[in-house]
Formats: sequence, structure tokens, C-alpha cells
Amino acid sequence: MEYFMSYANLGVALFLLISMAMMLGRLLLGPTLYDRLLAVNSFGTKTVLFLCVFCLVIDRPDGVDIALLYALMNFIATIAVLKFFRYRALDVSLLESHITDRDGAAE
Amino acid sequence: MASTILLDIGFMAMLVVVAFAIVRLRSLFAIVMLQGVYSLVSAAWFVSLDAVDVAFTEAAVGAGVSTVLMLAAMLLADRESRPVPLGRQIGPLLIVVFAGLAMFYAVGDMPAYGDAHSPANSYVGHDYLDRTAEEIHIPNVVTAVLASYRGYDTFGEAVVVFAAGLGVLLLLGLNGNAGRWRAKPNGVRVSKQAAPAARKRPLPADAPQPMSAPAATIMTTRAKKPAAKKKKGGSS
Repeated sequence: MEYFMSYANLGVALFLLISMAMMLGRLLLGPTLYDRLLAVNSFGTKTVLFLCVFCLVIDRPDGVDIALLYALMNFIATIAVLKFFRYRALDVSLLESHITDRDGAAE
Repeated sequence: MASTILLDIGFMAMLVVVAFAIVRLRSLFAIVMLQGVYSLVSAAWFVSLDAVDVAFTEAAVGAGVSTVLMLAAMLLADRESRPVPLGRQIGPLLIVVFAGLAMFYAVGDMPAYGDAHSPANSYVGHDYLDRTAEEIHIPNVVTAVLASYRGYDTFGEAVVVFAAGLGVLLLLGLNGNAGRWRAKPNGVRVSKQAAPAARKRPLPADAPQPMSAPAATIMTTRAKKPAAKKKKGGSS
């Protein structure tokens, strides 16, 4: 049973690898930059999943820490990219800009 | 495990594809994204090679910090790079090929994996392995060397990195002044507007729109106007 499980995990890891390759294709071909942004985000999620599965494959639980770090980093990078699109600067308080956006004559 | 070599090959193939795409693409934004993906893939590959600590650093620095820094640098520059004429590509290509061949030549002199008589394992390495457990009382020898045996060295490195980070932040002007200090842009797609943080006054009337017009043109790299319109309508 254990023998089977290790091969099952390896198969899952391979499938994740294939789906990462498909994300890569969307990233390269993507006509708009929104497609690319979504592809990058999804690619990061796939990497997190892959790391978790791979830690089961090689039987070393250390990698789950890296998976956690990846999840956080992925989020930070996506937020930074979206802020860059919207405000053309990275040092913008999201709360204040939201208020001034709602009614332009605020302040 | 020998069966994970399939995963290694898959990761290396992906790295090659991403590297070629970074070289060939012209849209700098896509290149920044691809650099993040390159770092993600290489960190996953490091985990698969059992170098968990290197992967940790790669994930933190490569995927997280450098993406944000590259984006901030893009605020100061054009959004697209101009193609380099073929004549100027020959020299760098020769240098890269030569350096690659030299590395392949050097691989033959490297000690075997886990060789007990390699230089890294013969001199102070033994002492560290023998004495870490009783002197420092932590299981990870690498951490003991970095944080205790060479603690002053690590402290100096931290100071250097801090100074470098300060310099980068001053250069990039992350407080929204980047839009005003931009070095002379040589393209037409750069917006002249300063960032809202630098403006210090209410946004103009077209503020509630998802993005300003120049930003919309940046969105579509191939400059497909109808596609951009459809995207805007769908999102609102």
C-alpha cells in the first residue's frame, strides 16, 4: 500500500508539472497582460501544491515551510502588480485611495 | 529517489523555455512576470534537488522582493524595449558561449557528490561537524556556521545589504515621485501623469474608471483596440 501511495504521489506531482507547463503557455501567448497576471498567480498556486506533494514523495516535511512562504510571496507580488496597474506607484494607501475614488471631490 | 529525475527534467525544460521567452519578449511587464516565474520554477527545482534552504532564499528574494523592485524600476523606464540590432548581439553571444564552455570544462574537476576527501570536507568542515553539537547545541550545522561561528561576518553582510536597500529605495522613489523624476522616456507609451500619492489633490473627473487611457494602451501589448474595449466592459 505504501509503495502504491508513493507512486500515486509521484503521478500527482507529474500532473501538477504538466498543468504548470500549460500555465506557462498561457503566460507566453496571453494576448492581454491580465491573462499573464492570472497565469502567474495560478502558476504560483500550482507551485505551492507541487511542493506539498513533493514533500510527501521524498518524505521530508521541511518543504511545507517553503510552500507557505510561496503562498505569501505570491500574494504580495500579485498585490504589487495590481497596485502598479491602478496607481502607477507602490506607496499608495489602499484605504485612502478607495475613499477618494468613490467620490472624487473628497477632502 | 531515482524516479524524481523526471520532475527535474521537467523543471529544467521549463527554465529553458522561460529564459528564452525573457530574452525574446519585448514587453517589459511580461518580462518582469516571467522573471518571477523563473524564480518560482528554480526554487521548486532546488527543493527537488534537496537544497531546501537555497530554495527558501530563492522564493523570498527572487519571487517576492525582486518582482516588486523590477516593477518599481519600470515606473522610471519605458514599458517596451526596442529590438537590439543583430550586429550588437554577436559579442554577448560569444561571451556567453565561451563562459558556458568554460563551465562545462570545469565540471570535470569537481569532486564527486558526497566525496569525503573533497576540499570542502577535509579541513575545517570536520571540526564544524564534530563540535557544533556540543558547542552551539543546534542540529543544523549551516545555521551554526552562519549565525554563530561567523556571526560578525553575517552582521557585516546584513549592514551591506541594508545600505544597498536604502540606496535602491532612494533611487526608485517609491513614494510616488517616480512619475515626476522619470529619466527622459524614449517611447510614446509612458504616461506623463504623476502618481496620486505625489499629486496631493483630488483625482480628476475620470478617476472612477478602472484605469487611465495610457494604462489601457499598455494593457494590450499588441494594441488591439476592440479587445481592450471588451475587457473594460466586461469588468465593470
